[in-house]
Amino acid sequence: MSQSATSFSRIEARYFFLLLLLGLLVVMGGLWAAYQMESQGHILSGMNNQIVWGLPHVFAIFMIVSASGVLNVASVGSVFGRKIYKARGPLSGLLSLGLLAGGLTVLMLDLGRPDRVIVAATTYNVTSVFAWNVLLYSGLFATVGLYLWTMMDKTMGAWSRPAGILVFCWRFILTTGTGLIFAFLVARQAYASALLPPLFIVMSLAWGLAIFLIVQTAMYRWNLQELNPLILKRLKNLLGIFIVTLLYLMVAYHLTNVYFARQVDFERFILRDGGILTFLFWGGYVGLGSAVPLLLIFLPGLGQGRHMWIASLFVLTGALSLLYVFIIGGQAYPLQIFPGYHVYSSFADGQINSYNPSSYEWMLGVGGMGVAFLVTLLGVRVLNFLPYDDPHYPLESN
Amino acid sequence: MNLPPVDRRQFLTRGAAWTAAVTLAPGVLLYDMARARPAGEPASSAVRWGMLVDVSQCDSGCDACVQACNREQALGTPTRPTDPQWMRKVQLEQNATGRKVSLPMMCQHCAQPPCVDVCPTGASFKRADGIVLVDKHRCIGCRYCMMACPYKARSFVHAPVEDHSGATPRGQGTVESCTLCVHRVDQGEQPACVQACAKEGRQALLFGDLNDPQSEISQRMRALNAISLRPDLNLDPGVSYAGL
Repeated sequence: MSQSATSFSRIEARYFFLLLLLGLLVVMGGLWAAYQMESQGHILSGMNNQIVWGLPHVFAIFMIVSASGVLNVASVGSVFGRKIYKARGPLSGLLSLGLLAGGLTVLMLDLGRPDRVIVAATTYNVTSVFAWNVLLYSGLFATVGLYLWTMMDKTMGAWSRPAGILVFCWRFILTTGTGLIFAFLVARQAYASALLPPLFIVMSLAWGLAIFLIVQTAMYRWNLQELNPLILKRLKNLLGIFIVTLLYLMVAYHLTNVYFARQVDFERFILRDGGILTFLFWGGYVGLGSAVPLLLIFLPGLGQGRHMWIASLFVLTGALSLLYVFIIGGQAYPLQIFPGYHVYSSFADGQINSYNPSSYEWMLGVGGMGVAFLVTLLGVRVLNFLPYDDPHYPLESN
Repeated sequence: MNLPPVDRRQFLTRGAAWTAAVTLAPGVLLYDMARARPAGEPASSAVRWGMLVDVSQCDSGCDACVQACNREQALGTPTRPTDPQWMRKVQLEQNATGRKVSLPMMCQHCAQPPCVDVCPTGASFKRADGIVLVDKHRCIGCRYCMMACPYKARSFVHAPVEDHSGATPRGQGTVESCTLCVHRVDQGEQPACVQACAKEGRQALLFGDLNDPQSEISQRMRALNAISLRPDLNLDPGVSYAGL
């Protein structure tokens, strides 16, 4: 790689320090919020005994799922040998590490006893998918780290493909594991479906690529570079396919539910009567998160660099909306312990449960995003992550 | 003082109940003490502790069991959605017939407990005698067990615990639920809720060994055609309901 290409990866100093300060402030805010919740209890959150996983889980799962998805680009490059993707492998690996670090930070700090995280790291219950995920998440750090090493150290180049294949397999198992967290919940109507692991995999493909596109665009812009339109075209088609596939699986998920009489009331709640949840589903996920990006990608005359950037932002808006509906909505709908009865109790039996996330939860969740941002920023600054495309390489043959 | 009017039938019923209680209590106490498990001896799978709720005997206006539980474990009176409730009274009205019933809900002490399956650290565990508990030293407060429980039996301690006078250790940031008053059971006594129900002169709660086909609970479960909640999940709960 030429010297000039190396220098492209360096974000301009004043931007860098400004962004570093911003990232640090956001992370500090998250840590402060976590400390307050640790010392005073989750009473500071909007969670209660009915909604036990709140906004921090939405952010955490968003980042963990995306951490697997941003590796798409690396996987296509290393596993399938596509050169334009291969050039993007290091950036995709770095983003994965950053997002995973952010997601796990939030997940850990949202525990009731984060001081006991060592218990989780040393005591495994083999039947728990959570315990499996502890291994899968730490394994992803290790495998992606190894993969980055093989990509960035010329002497290790021969190992890049095997390491890429290892990461490729690992991330699919990892996202399956994340989907299984919900798929194994037999009691709740929103979950307990074998469709969830593939659904999570497709989510990861779409959201990870959207994050990659946003970061790549920002990096090129800061370095005053223009991305080759042919590369953009490939990535935009890929994003479009992922958005459509996710929509398809969501239709299958809801349609099967609507067909089962025992699930009809739950679907009515999510799709029609759920207030903010319904609004987020249709407006946030279906409208802004799917329809608008598809138009931006495929409408004639659109699909250029800035359209893609906006489309990716909308995809992420849809991602957070969808996860909010999935996680909060799944708990807001009451457990069906007594089918055929109208139920009432002091513990909200038979009632739709309400949830208003507190500022502490927002700070913790956004703080986790800050961690991902800082890891990426520092990585890009210190190491050489800007994709370098050989200007003489014939793109069409790829 | 204005006492509520008591008719002859009520007077005789209550009189008989009190006489029986006073006469039998010392004997029951001695019998219970004889059954107590010696300290240091592990719980045995020879017994499986369980409970029968006879809904026909449960009064919708009575929450003596819930209050006894709250007193025994020093839970206080729940007023907020973040307050723990190890036991709650649920009021039900059948959609098809309008029939109204009331019953207590608590941890169902499943033989196949989802909370134990999903717990990452093994903090949720089932004793050999079927009682499902949370090891407070191992619980990291991930709340996955609360997501997994089909009966909404568990609570998360959202705020610092101020009253430590309860029978079970409690701590902020951990999950907790009905212990079936394991501290009493190990002493050969009845759970606080069962005792409180009997003290009210009702027979809505019965505690005993499900492994013994001749135990009173097994016999009454057979006689009353007791069922478990959410039988479709096949979790084999230790708590059964009759008259639903």
